[in-house]
Amino acid sequence: MKMTAQEYARRVQKAGPHSPLLADCLWAFCVGGGICLLGEGLRQQFLRQGADAETAGTLTSCTLILLSAVLTTLGWYQKLAAKAGAGSLVPITGFANAVVSAAIEFKAEGRVPGTGAKIFLIAGPVIVYGTLAAVVYGAVLWLLGASIL
Amino acid sequence: MNYLWAFLIGGAICAVGQLFIDLTKLTPARILTGYVVAGVVLSAVGLYAPLAEFAGAGASVPLLGFGHLLAKGVRTAVAEKGAIGILTGGLTAASAGITASLVCGVVCSLVGKSHDQN
Amino acid sequence: MTERRGDTLLFHTPPVIAAQAAVGGKKESDGPLAAGFDELTTDNWLGQCSWEAAEKQLQLRAARLCLQKAALPAERVDLALAGDLQAQCTASGYALRELGVPFAGLFGACSTMAEALALGAALCSSGAAQNLLAMTSSHFCAAERQFRTPLSYGAVRTPTAQWTATAAGCCLLRPAGQGVGIAAATLGRVQDYNIKDINNMGAAMAPAAAATLLHYLADTHAELRDFDCIYTGDLGLVGSQMLRELLAAEGLLLKNHADCGCLLYDAEEQRVKSGGSGAGCCAAVLCAHILPKLLRRGSRRVLFIATGALMSQTTFLQKESIPAVAHLVELTAPEKES
Repeated sequence: MKMTAQEYARRVQKAGPHSPLLADCLWAFCVGGGICLLGEGLRQQFLRQGADAETAGTLTSCTLILLSAVLTTLGWYQKLAAKAGAGSLVPITGFANAVVSAAIEFKAEGRVPGTGAKIFLIAGPVIVYGTLAAVVYGAVLWLLGASIL
Repeated sequence: MNYLWAFLIGGAICAVGQLFIDLTKLTPARILTGYVVAGVVLSAVGLYAPLAEFAGAGASVPLLGFGHLLAKGVRTAVAEKGAIGILTGGLTAASAGITASLVCGVVCSLVGKSHDQN
Repeated sequence: MTERRGDTLLFHTPPVIAAQAAVGGKKESDGPLAAGFDELTTDNWLGQCSWEAAEKQLQLRAARLCLQKAALPAERVDLALAGDLQAQCTASGYALRELGVPFAGLFGACSTMAEALALGAALCSSGAAQNLLAMTSSHFCAAERQFRTPLSYGAVRTPTAQWTATAAGCCLLRPAGQGVGIAAATLGRVQDYNIKDINNMGAAMAPAAAATLLHYLADTHAELRDFDCIYTGDLGLVGSQMLRELLAAEGLLLKNHADCGCLLYDAEEQRVKSGGSGAGCCAAVLCAHILPKLLRRGSRRVLFIATGALMSQTTFLQKESIPAVAHLVELTAPEKES
């Protein structure tokens, strides 16, 4: 054919319909902000009940995870995410959605090889590289330790 | 005011994630991983703690906050226990979130069923 | 009698599609072609307990309906050429386990239906088969969980992404008789224009469609305007535009073109982004729309070009580009309206 691969790539780039950037970001902002607002509400409530800051933070995360798990099980989280994009992906609820949806989806392949193994399908890399980054940071801190501590 | 900042900062962090989705070819899995690692880095250089102080859940609920949690954990553990803290600090701090997610996942898989998107 | 000219097989006594059936799922029931389907279901589980089994059921329903329309018992089928979108083509394998006719599995991704028709026509016209089934299926949920993410996961769909159809189509081929004729077939060569975006399959497949069409035109000396319509399988909105641009570079103006992925759904209304895809998409559009129109003599001579992307999840992750193939069959209306 006459068109070269380079020319074709250039035209594909141009032809693709582009995402409605403003609308997408607005949705992400509002939904993501909304989830954080809900989190803040929960956190203040836990603080009022006498929890210390750390415990309140932990309880907030766990409550949001539980909420996300329920919505995921009902199939509603995916519907929200279709509109909200990163707004429902980036908060901790998105992490829970990744874990719970994989657990449910792959139960058809069994409790151990399905749910058990594939529960980390999407969330796994987050834990792996998060932990790795923390270890690198910890090692740096420890090596610098003598002078800082 | 806490609430307003939580909404604005949390929303802004998510909107940035949306820019990555729309403007780059990064897949959601890579963006999430990047966010957590970025959270560790931002916390390490001392930028995230002031933000968390100021925006509350707006900073702790997005996955950047998860990274911050890991970094904070390892910082405390290294200070308290020395070298062994390098290995224990991160996941100890993040244990509640991870465990809650896994337990929810397995429990929901007992009652839930794959949902048709059509 | 089959004549080979270049890459094209010319059937001087065209084998015919004696009967066809299309089965579709929920989204297909809401689409513009709903009226043409033989059976539609709003329950995409089809009474099964896994999505894979549901796809098998789709294909089995299509095969049974097709045989029923032809009043032909399954025992008299000489061969079934079938394929689907699941790994190892299990939907076809399990469907044929229940149908119990000789089976040769095909894999051409979304191009499988045209591949089955082309090979089936060659076998019929050589006397190797008197009654031959060509069928394919795809199921949105089975494809999604196998190739993308869990169904309840809030993944983001890019605007160039296509929606896997929950549908199956089945055709009964015979060496001669009443029905739409298969006058010629061109089996395509694999094309690769170095597209790596798995969410833009239309762009990856358009060069294959263009290449096969150009081969056919060169082999037969036909022109684009000789056809009432040139149907492509599953290029979607983006791929269709790229096909027009590729042909324009060859000095061909493609006006009488329709894409099965764009016909099956109302892309805007049904939020399927760039259109439909999947092995069942063009098969269902063929059986629910293209063939009935030819039988009504609403069109006389059309080309059906189905395109398939031949990468896998593994090669994609290994950063290979996406090779694609397109197969073409020329379909002609029966002499008399039937």
